[in-house]
Amino acid sequence: MRFMAIIKATPDTEAGVLPTETQLNEMGKFNAELVKAGVLLAGEGLHSSSKGARVKFEGEKRTVVDGPFAETKELIAGFWLLDVKSIDEAIEWVKRVPNFDDGESEIEIRRVFEAEDFGPAFTPEARAAEAALREQIGG
Amino acid sequence: MTASDAHRAIDAVWRIESARVIAGLARIVRDVGLAEELAQDALVAALEQWPAEGVPRNPGAWLMATGRRRAIDLIRREQNLRRKVEILGHELDPDGAAPEVEDPQEISDDLLRLVFVSCHPVLSTEARVALTLRLLGGLTTDEIARAFLASESTIAQRIVRAKKTLAKAEVPFEVPGRDELPARLSSVLEVVYLVFNEGYSATAGDDWLRPSLCNEALRLGRVLAGLAPAEPEVHGLVALMEIQASRSAARVGADGKPVLLLEQDRGRWDQLLIRRGLAALAKAEELGGAGGPYALQAAIAACHGRAREADDTDWGRIADLYKTLGEVMPSPIVELNRAVAVSMAEGPAAGLELVDALGAEPALKSYHLLPSVRGDFLAKLGRLPEARAEFEKAASLTRNERERTLLLERAEGCG
Repeated sequence: MRFMAIIKATPDTEAGVLPTETQLNEMGKFNAELVKAGVLLAGEGLHSSSKGARVKFEGEKRTVVDGPFAETKELIAGFWLLDVKSIDEAIEWVKRVPNFDDGESEIEIRRVFEAEDFGPAFTPEARAAEAALREQIGG
Repeated sequence: MTASDAHRAIDAVWRIESARVIAGLARIVRDVGLAEELAQDALVAALEQWPAEGVPRNPGAWLMATGRRRAIDLIRREQNLRRKVEILGHELDPDGAAPEVEDPQEISDDLLRLVFVSCHPVLSTEARVALTLRLLGGLTTDEIARAFLASESTIAQRIVRAKKTLAKAEVPFEVPGRDELPARLSSVLEVVYLVFNEGYSATAGDDWLRPSLCNEALRLGRVLAGLAPAEPEVHGLVALMEIQASRSAARVGADGKPVLLLEQDRGRWDQLLIRRGLAALAKAEELGGAGGPYALQAAIAACHGRAREADDTDWGRIADLYKTLGEVMPSPIVELNRAVAVSMAEGPAAGLELVDALGAEPALKSYHLLPSVRGDFLAKLGRLPEARAEFEKAASLTRNERERTLLLERAEGCG
């Protein structure tokens, strides 16, 4: 099963405060543990929302809103994509993420849909469309 | 924390920590079977204590320390105390308290030793598979039994016997020396790939644990790549498994029937796994391992993985790779695959020539794919009566009902 561990933003991540060398090392060690255990499929850190944008939808209308965005706790700052046996295993890994922040922060764990979860509703046409998309982004 | 929450947490911790705990204990007691029992004792202690006291901050270290204490108790109880304590001398200080902090390199070394012992040639292949899943995958006997469609007692006995065999043969807890390494490593890779293929051959309606063997094998392969990063064939095997696993959603149609590679909906191929596979293959090649049997098979799989549509497949390269593979791993099946690739690259006449050279191969005498492939080439060349005979022969050889119907339809189509 695949789970995405989503790192929620904090005032620090939103302020673009870069991690110290020690923090980078600690996180590097944790990532190495994930790799050694064979569970890390992918993972990235994200710039603050001030370097992002939102596209809002309303029927045919599209409105672009540039960052930063206010509701810090609802923003995300990075993710890991984990390949594990159960959500409990994902939780156990996430508990081990090094924490440098005395304040509150949060990592949310969500199960990733896999093709078989869609069943017959995921038609060949939908799949083909998705395939074309993945090819574009995946190269 | 409720008891069931604690049990779920313990399961997860066990999944993550068990191999390391067993490996660390095996270094102390020099007996993999005993180490596993001690680790199980530590697990039982966790099941008793954690629901009330909560999961400790460092659950792996807790299990290890508990297992160690049991090991020391056990050794003290034994009559040959003195001799064993001497052996243990370098591990434990006089009070019997072992260091709590583990050196990561030491843990890796112990895990690698555990891998080699679990896949030791003194054990049958079946025993290696069961022991590897048990000791390194942290699977229960019941899970292994369900995955392999065997009874729990069969698997339990297999594991008990395997442990006894290792103890009796006094298999040392170590990584094999340079001379032995290639053969021993290939025994490890064989076990991992066998687990993968067992999962890959699962069909709809099987227990979900069967297809999950693919994930177990992938995980073991990825772990192994971390433990032995300089071994190109480890990366080759990981590449092969990642790319094959990328197709798992496309291999079965909505009706539950298998879909052939060239007819698969490539949109269902997992691009993340393909990219991971290609990266692992690049690593194998960087390490000078492009010519290894797993790397070659991965390179063939990669040719398919890179092709956006079946028509884009680089059949010339696939034919060349099969030729090289046939040289390092001579096999009539590889040769038959090469014939198919050659026919796709150069036309059916060239393929037919290769297949005809295989005609006398005793290993393929009752292999239905030989006449089936030959029939296909003949049909494409317009030699229909001969093609019909080949399809009929193939139909009489296959044991698969669905395949027989398909072959008889093709025979019929030849007029």
